[in-house]
Amino acid sequence: MSAVDATERSNDRSLAASCAVLGAAVGVFGIAFGVGSVAAGGSVAMTCAMSLLVFTGASQFSAVSVIASGGSTAAALAGASILAARNGVYGLAMSRTLRGSFFKRIVAAQITIDESTAMSTAQEESQAARVAFWWTGLSVYVFWNAGTLIGALAGNAIDPEKFGLDAAFPAGFVAMVIPHLRHRRGRRAAAIGAVICAVTMPFMPAGVPILCASVGVLVGVEKP
Amino acid sequence: MCISWCVGGGRETMTWTLVLVLSAIAYACKVTGLVIIGGRELPEVVDRCLNLIPAALVSALIVNSTIGGDDGIVVDARAVGVAAAILVATRRAPLVVVIVTGAAVTAVVRAVGLAP
Repeated sequence: MSAVDATERSNDRSLAASCAVLGAAVGVFGIAFGVGSVAAGGSVAMTCAMSLLVFTGASQFSAVSVIASGGSTAAALAGASILAARNGVYGLAMSRTLRGSFFKRIVAAQITIDESTAMSTAQEESQAARVAFWWTGLSVYVFWNAGTLIGALAGNAIDPEKFGLDAAFPAGFVAMVIPHLRHRRGRRAAAIGAVICAVTMPFMPAGVPILCASVGVLVGVEKP
Repeated sequence: MCISWCVGGGRETMTWTLVLVLSAIAYACKVTGLVIIGGRELPEVVDRCLNLIPAALVSALIVNSTIGGDDGIVVDARAVGVAAAILVATRRAPLVVVIVTGAAVTAVVRAVGLAP
């Protein structure tokens, strides 16, 4: 039994509350992104278009920080693309859950990100997994874009670190990984992923260690 | 996070090219896994591996967002907050409580100056 068991048992209302908390935390970072993007020379329209269309926080922050530090568009694209690549791996994992129509899946693709994948795969029943995916993805989408607009217009940042919000994400992921640790394979894959990430972080560009952690899935090659 | 570049100007500036090309790349990454590959029946061994993606990647995300920094590994107040979050998470606290605990403990550690 674990933290996420409580979520599994709970009704849509408390699941929605969890999603809203996650979304609100993301929204504060959206404000920070809006401020940073305008400071890097982006117009308000450009900044909002980026959050609406790219919708991958880490990639957006990376692209804007490269531009702000004098880097080229090509350099900004390279780093941001590496960070975006992990969403492809999430898509593979989510394709088991999201079996709807083609149209539904091309919409779902846009909200296939860290938070929606982690929240969804933490649920045991497939119905709850679908609900968690859509609620989390849409809640993050709304808050991230609202935050971006506020930041781009206000040009004055709330410092997310003052409120410890940079720890809100790893804390949320801790709760979400627990259901995956119930089986030996899950524990081994998680341990390998965490170790590979930590070992590669000091000398690999941002985003690459998370991709390298995918090696942990090879635990599944061995027959049960 | 928003320290150096919030005030910095650059030689190049943000362009619509950057916004639109990055949008296309980001969407291509997302849609590849979900729609193009995801719609097919895959061998059992591939299926077993796919089921382990969240375990491997979410644990990597925890490590990355707890001790990740501009210069590789940075241990700061986040580590204390996440330790507190692990403690309450293993005691079956709901997700909201785990998140609030992690953020609050980190904020307090920073506020009293124990760690940056």
